[in-house]
Amino acid sequence: MDTAAAIPVPRLIDAEGLGDLFQALVTGGYQVIGPTVQDSAIVLSELSSAAELPFGWGVRLQPGGYQLRHRDDAAAFGHAAGPQSWKRFLHPPRERLWSARRTADGFDLDEADDDEPPRYAFLGVRPCDLRAIAIQDRVLAQPGSRYAARRARLFIVAVNCTEPGQTCFCASLGAGPGADGGACDLVLTELLDEHGHRFLVDVGSQQGAGLLGQVRSERADDALVRRARSAVRTAADRMGRQLEAGDLRGLMADSYQAARWDDVAARCLTCGNCTMACPTCFCTTVEDTTDLTGEHAERWERWDSCFDLDFSYLHGGSIRSSAKSRYRQWLTHKLGSWHDQFGSSGCVGCGRCIAWCPAGIDLTEEVRALRAERDLREEQ
Amino acid sequence: MTVTGEHVTAPASALGPMQPSRYVVAARQAETHDTVTLMLRPVGDPIEPPRPGQFTMLYAYGVGEIPVSISGFHRGQVLVQTIRAVGAVTRALCAAAPGAMIGVRGPFGTDWQVHRADGRDMLVVAGGIGLAPLRPVLLAALAERARYDRVVLLVGARSPGDLVFARELQTWRRRGADVRVTVDHGNADWHGQVGLVTRLIEGAVEDPAWTAAFVCGPEIMMRFSAEALVNCGIAAENIRVSLERNMRCGAALCGHCQLGPLLLCRDGPVVSYAEAAPLVAEKEL
Repeated sequence: MDTAAAIPVPRLIDAEGLGDLFQALVTGGYQVIGPTVQDSAIVLSELSSAAELPFGWGVRLQPGGYQLRHRDDAAAFGHAAGPQSWKRFLHPPRERLWSARRTADGFDLDEADDDEPPRYAFLGVRPCDLRAIAIQDRVLAQPGSRYAARRARLFIVAVNCTEPGQTCFCASLGAGPGADGGACDLVLTELLDEHGHRFLVDVGSQQGAGLLGQVRSERADDALVRRARSAVRTAADRMGRQLEAGDLRGLMADSYQAARWDDVAARCLTCGNCTMACPTCFCTTVEDTTDLTGEHAERWERWDSCFDLDFSYLHGGSIRSSAKSRYRQWLTHKLGSWHDQFGSSGCVGCGRCIAWCPAGIDLTEEVRALRAERDLREEQ
Repeated sequence: MTVTGEHVTAPASALGPMQPSRYVVAARQAETHDTVTLMLRPVGDPIEPPRPGQFTMLYAYGVGEIPVSISGFHRGQVLVQTIRAVGAVTRALCAAAPGAMIGVRGPFGTDWQVHRADGRDMLVVAGGIGLAPLRPVLLAALAERARYDRVVLLVGARSPGDLVFARELQTWRRRGADVRVTVDHGNADWHGQVGLVTRLIEGAVEDPAWTAAFVCGPEIMMRFSAEALVNCGIAAENIRVSLERNMRCGAALCGHCQLGPLLLCRDGPVVSYAEAAPLVAEKEL
């Protein structure tokens, strides 16, 4: 077999090759996480074989709506973002920070679990979600953290997007539809045509090259590569939504007093679904618990939402008591102050917040309204 | 391994920033009917030495954890922390007797930058328990009194009984601070000034261009005090305030302490009034 470094890329594998790639990950000691159909949605779950991928399934998306549909073909990655994102593996919804036991002189912390952090392989990461992982890295990957440990062991197989959904707008933010430049190990482009079901494979890292070297692949001819690249490029023109991304940071800073917040507050249920579905929302709270005897205490971290009234609680009351102030916090943080805090936007254009909002609030529409309101203000 | 950004590194130690260090209460001093000062001594590895204005997260076993500003650091290891009982955790901490064990994480956040007052007049304005995080500023200034021109402390409290560090105020006067105290409501034994602390400001500023001000108290008191200082001619950049929001982690990970662009556990709690003014003026930000 050729050594990985000697293989000219991109390479071509067929559907069987995808199965081989899966097995190579398993053999390499990875726990493979990927999309699969469960409870009428495409969720992310540990997979036991490539056969569990959602072959032949697509999704219909709209503000406040998500529905599985049968595709005319057997595409494995012919679906846009689902209700979950990869953060539930890198930044779990609930995690024990430490435990302690009562002692004669007070308390003592138990030895930290020295379990080896999981070695995840994410199979099927869309470019928007690849960007989302990079954004969470800047927030959460502090030296010594569990996040950093999981992240350092992670293997990513990204899949370019050739079929954006109706709520997608990654192209507006430069987060897709291609994975170009995103930090990952392998990038697939799914191709279905008269020659069958194949995947063009690009290599993003040494590890990626090493893994590809263990899988039967063939050289991709130039015409096919051009066709694959074109399918990804033109996907940018088929986004269901668009966001005028110019100076969003300035727009948010100028819009604290906007009347639009009242309008959106009349629709927003402050349920926090958008923050749970968002692949970059990272906020957490902590819970302290004891057992009935009081001999054992634990501290747990769990996902929290800025839409929760308690989120801004300070002795005496909550700072953000109105729905308006909580939606404003979420949007101005996501698109504006995220830059100040972490050096980038917090939005990747995956559209999850639109599809999973029970009131169908559309971020792109709210931004358009805020922009129109500012323009009007400036004219006056 | 995946190609990773500069922030992604392998784990350094099992004990991360979320694990508390164990301290015991070496001494406990009741300040007012609801406020207590604890002297905390490390049992094992101590936290890093704090700078004036920083805070710690204090943990009461089985109850929970809250942010508390540091009001002193003695002999290279003893933490002085002043706590007002307003909730379950603060009540448990205030009730901690000598010998009780407390968990401590930190120190976190920005500091007062006491050096900003070098060679100038130092003006410290405190409202209520807001004097606690300012105490290290006073102690630092009085330890090197010659570095400053005037050292003025303005203290406001709701009533004479709500004054914290009341006995120390005399000591600070003796050591060269001009200490002026006012209360919102006096009582039969009170012969001092009555009124808001903001009313002391005008008479305390002599050379606004050469004054560095440090302000802490309830947010509304800080706003009015800072505005009064600005009206006296002190530049907003030379006024520092200590802000407070809900805090869960102290390490810029949990998102709770956001105030517009700031994560107050990292970018605060102490910020210049030039930065704070537009943020605290915005309702429900």
